[in-house]
Amino acid sequence: MTPDPGVSSMRQTTCYMCTCRCGINVHLRDGVPIRIEGNPAHPKNRGVLCGKGAAGLQHHFSAARLRKPLKRVGPRGEASFVEIEWDEALGIATAWLDAIRRTDPRRLAFFTGRDQSQSLTGWWAAQFGTPNFAAHGGLCSVNVATAGLYTIGGSFWEFGEPDWDRTKYLLLLGVAEDHDSNPIKIGLGKLKQRGAKVVSVNPIRTGYSAIADEWIGIRPGTDGALVLALVHELLRTDRIDLEYLVRFTNAHWLVVQAPGTAEHGRFARDAGNRPLCWADGAPVDAGATGISPAVAGRFTLPDDRVATPVFALLAERYLDAAYAPEAAEAVTGVPAATIRRIAVELAAVAFEQAIELDIPWTDTTGRRHATTRGRPVSMHAMRGISAHSNGFDTTRALHLLQMLLGTIDCPGGFRFKPPFPKPIPPGPKPAGKGYAPGKPLGGMPLGMPAGPEDLLLEPDGQPIRLDHAFSWEAPLAAHGMMQMVIANAVASDPYPIDTLFLFMANMAWNSSMNTAGTMELLTARDPATGDYKIPHIIYADAFASEMVAYADLVLPDTTYLERWDCISILDRPISDADGIADSIRQPVVQPERDVRPFQDVLLDLGVRLGLPGLLTPDGAPRYPGGYADYLANHERAPGVGPLAGWRGPDGSAIGRGAPNPKQLEAYIANGCFWRQELEPAHRFYRHANAGYLDFAVKMGFVPNAEPIVLQIYSEPLQRFRLAAQGHGPVQPPDDLRDRIIAAFDPLPGWHPPLAADTPEFPLYALTQRPMIMYHSWGSQNAWLKQILSRNDLYVATSTARALGLQDGARAWLVSAHGRLKLRIRTMEGVQADTVWTWNAIGKRAGAWGLAADATEVREAFLLNHLIDDHLPAAAGTRRLANADPVTGQAAWFDQRVRLEPCGPGEAGPVEPQFASLDALRRVVV
Amino acid sequence: MTVRLALVIDLDICVGCHACSVACKGAAAFDDSVWPNQVFGYEIEGGARTVYVPRMCQHCESPGCVTVCPTGASFRRTADGVVLIDAERCIGCRLCAWSCPYGAREYDAAAGVMRKCTLCIDRRDVAVPACVATCPSGARHFGDIGDPASAVSELVHRRGGFALLPEYGPAVRYLPPRPRAAGLPTADGKSSGGLDRWIGRVVSR
Repeated sequence: MTPDPGVSSMRQTTCYMCTCRCGINVHLRDGVPIRIEGNPAHPKNRGVLCGKGAAGLQHHFSAARLRKPLKRVGPRGEASFVEIEWDEALGIATAWLDAIRRTDPRRLAFFTGRDQSQSLTGWWAAQFGTPNFAAHGGLCSVNVATAGLYTIGGSFWEFGEPDWDRTKYLLLLGVAEDHDSNPIKIGLGKLKQRGAKVVSVNPIRTGYSAIADEWIGIRPGTDGALVLALVHELLRTDRIDLEYLVRFTNAHWLVVQAPGTAEHGRFARDAGNRPLCWADGAPVDAGATGISPAVAGRFTLPDDRVATPVFALLAERYLDAAYAPEAAEAVTGVPAATIRRIAVELAAVAFEQAIELDIPWTDTTGRRHATTRGRPVSMHAMRGISAHSNGFDTTRALHLLQMLLGTIDCPGGFRFKPPFPKPIPPGPKPAGKGYAPGKPLGGMPLGMPAGPEDLLLEPDGQPIRLDHAFSWEAPLAAHGMMQMVIANAVASDPYPIDTLFLFMANMAWNSSMNTAGTMELLTARDPATGDYKIPHIIYADAFASEMVAYADLVLPDTTYLERWDCISILDRPISDADGIADSIRQPVVQPERDVRPFQDVLLDLGVRLGLPGLLTPDGAPRYPGGYADYLANHERAPGVGPLAGWRGPDGSAIGRGAPNPKQLEAYIANGCFWRQELEPAHRFYRHANAGYLDFAVKMGFVPNAEPIVLQIYSEPLQRFRLAAQGHGPVQPPDDLRDRIIAAFDPLPGWHPPLAADTPEFPLYALTQRPMIMYHSWGSQNAWLKQILSRNDLYVATSTARALGLQDGARAWLVSAHGRLKLRIRTMEGVQADTVWTWNAIGKRAGAWGLAADATEVREAFLLNHLIDDHLPAAAGTRRLANADPVTGQAAWFDQRVRLEPCGPGEAGPVEPQFASLDALRRVVV
Repeated sequence: MTVRLALVIDLDICVGCHACSVACKGAAAFDDSVWPNQVFGYEIEGGARTVYVPRMCQHCESPGCVTVCPTGASFRRTADGVVLIDAERCIGCRLCAWSCPYGAREYDAAAGVMRKCTLCIDRRDVAVPACVATCPSGARHFGDIGDPASAVSELVHRRGGFALLPEYGPAVRYLPPRPRAAGLPTADGKSSGGLDRWIGRVVSR
């Protein structure tokens, strides 16, 4: 065959087509990328690469790429722009931002979408002094992440993973194509090849659910009821690992029983504030060893208070008939017999098929274990759990199930990825109190409150943050609530802003609920002055997305093959259970358009604004070499920077060490990643593994080597509940007391999703991310669009038949918020009350370079149009976000709908349709 | 013993992600509209199960596409059984596409020639086809099914691999979905009492 003409070369970097961050080999001919393949040496993907990753080539060459900075010249929303030079663009941005910073830094709302540089962007926001920063976690997976961090000090995905090499039974809940993509596929392949059982709980049978040994088509939003019924069964049959519970969890800690007092439900503690348990007839330090603590009973403390162990509370609660499989069947639609059988199977594998590794280790009490025992049952949950308004508690229930089986961080179980586990809840509180003109925040804007005193509230109780994160409306909104920013800014709730600054967040389309309403908000004007209610919108994106049309100033970004980047331990690293790892992106090619990497632009703006962290003491730019300079030389704490590998003057240090001028070269020479394998003795039971915790202290992962006691019973949640019951100085508004009391449950419960359950809307509407596009819809990709450019609504055959709808019929999908015209397809593998479609296939004409007759415009729709961003509110009452009441996680999957046949003469394209953004097609390459 | 190179595809673990299809496009560098490897999803067994089936050139023993080719551009290599197209001789008449029972041949309008899976034998830098190297779940294998002792032959034997439309003599083998994992206890666990059973339970820490 003909050899390749031209000069061939290959450069390595990190994929950005979704959030896996796999290693890739980019093949070039004469300097032009021609093919992308997986890097066989990379720990994340070991040479494999999904369809998105391989299609990164077409992302890079997308016809929708922006080519130059843009300034709006016509009405907002019509995409009438003139191209301007970077100096003018940065000058405009600097003028707007400088005025804000000098007067009221809160009036900058800086939100960064699917940003993988949050350790930079969050730090920049803090340097600027605005509390109004977050990325897109609030509309993605914050329920799962936060529930894990408040319960076990880690979570699924970036925080932990099933022990793919040893697990014998995997329970997937709410996992379709999701975080993280390739490792799940690699892992499922391993499990299936060695005959491990895979059970998938999901209303829809596609992908992973299709190859599972057992598919449980559950009713949406009811997984918590299923999980707690499993808990009920394990308790009822006494099939639990009690030894694990008293060694590693707070099962034996004493909880004060004094209803009506501020002490009720708090842990009993000794004078040194250490939690107590009951052993040998007396209260003793719950962390003591060589004791046999009581797990049941009521005990009177020397000060006459009565207390009972956590385990007794949980056993009493979940043994109740309300949690029995029959009760769960009524809620979930899963037969009680199936729930009982799954419970039996879980216990049988955990206890009768336990595994023992020949790895000695030492726990934090000094006890030496000759081997490492494992209970090979693992679980993974993601967006199908997260995107419900009860997702926080459902995730906590799942962690409770894992703890009862003794399967957290053991061989064959769920395993932490370093730097996790962290203390519970982890580290810093959200910063934002004390904001002032010209002053940086005292810390990072996002954090983990431990009680009401950590909320970001003004003295009058108003939220400090525009999105109401860390207020009583969403106290543990650890990833912020990006989905509320635009609505709140327009409503001046709690205050108006001056500039909305967004990075790769398509809030005028698929990243917003109430999409049409959001478009109107973006162009809303003050009737008195005629000015836009959001005076300035700055948007950075590489592509002509729908959001670009609503910007006043557009800062065109590069593609991921054209810039430096960093996947940092300070942010969301690429570690695996056996090793700590981080990675970089390097520019494989230089852009031929007049675009700049957003991170470079942000550093440049910081210098122009004179942000303290961006200048040297004598006022010169601290990182004159841009983001690459920052990656190698920025120190968050002495010796701790964005990258953990090859630190120190000679590159020999890891974790902590002085900046190394040759650090990036070392990464490139190693395939753009760094990974430190953990010693075998440091790979399990890390919440109580003395050797591992010493290592973690040295690396800066945890502040001290104290054991991390897994929290079945959450005292921080009880503290919020007590406040709502009237105790303590920080009090919620009266109208939110009942909501807080219900939602902040120290033991996880199941409550129905907040969306109204009415016969008017009998169906549940969901989306799934297609495997070829999940997180990759942001480019208009010549290859991927050929696989999927239209979406239909999938309906159970029996449900369609009952409605008189044939496969392929046009229909109206109706919610309390809106109507969609679409085409239905019938299928068997979907729960009968559920309808679903692929996520984010529909596009607006003119955006993404698409003509008005593109399939993505005429035959594809967004379910978003049916979803209200607020919960319904009675007249005169507060409008609350359509979100989990604990974390503020957008409740995308609570949506209720009905289907109506289209009438004759209602053929034609999907509806709604929107005016074509024709002008946007003139600003792309 | 005749060498017969083939793909062996495990339908038990194909999750339908299309990674193979897209990797193929990167490796083959044909026109954007050409998809030598495609993945289809079906509900089977009366809707009780969903399977994903990747489909590509099956590299038949006596390929109809070779027989009908008027210019001799389509040929089958005797050394390894791989069916190929000599683009220099192909006139793009599309007769081969009509003759292929698998729908595996496509017209590359940019080049004016027919395209299909080559098993990447034209790429000297790789040991296995791009679709096999990239498959995240490990559902694709590559080897010599002409050698009964090869790893792929053993896999086909062990798993009851089958051919699509065997009357055409295809080389590609599909491994059927495995029986679902069973053998776990199903007995209903007996209740072991109420709360008081844990009172006084000695558990050391």
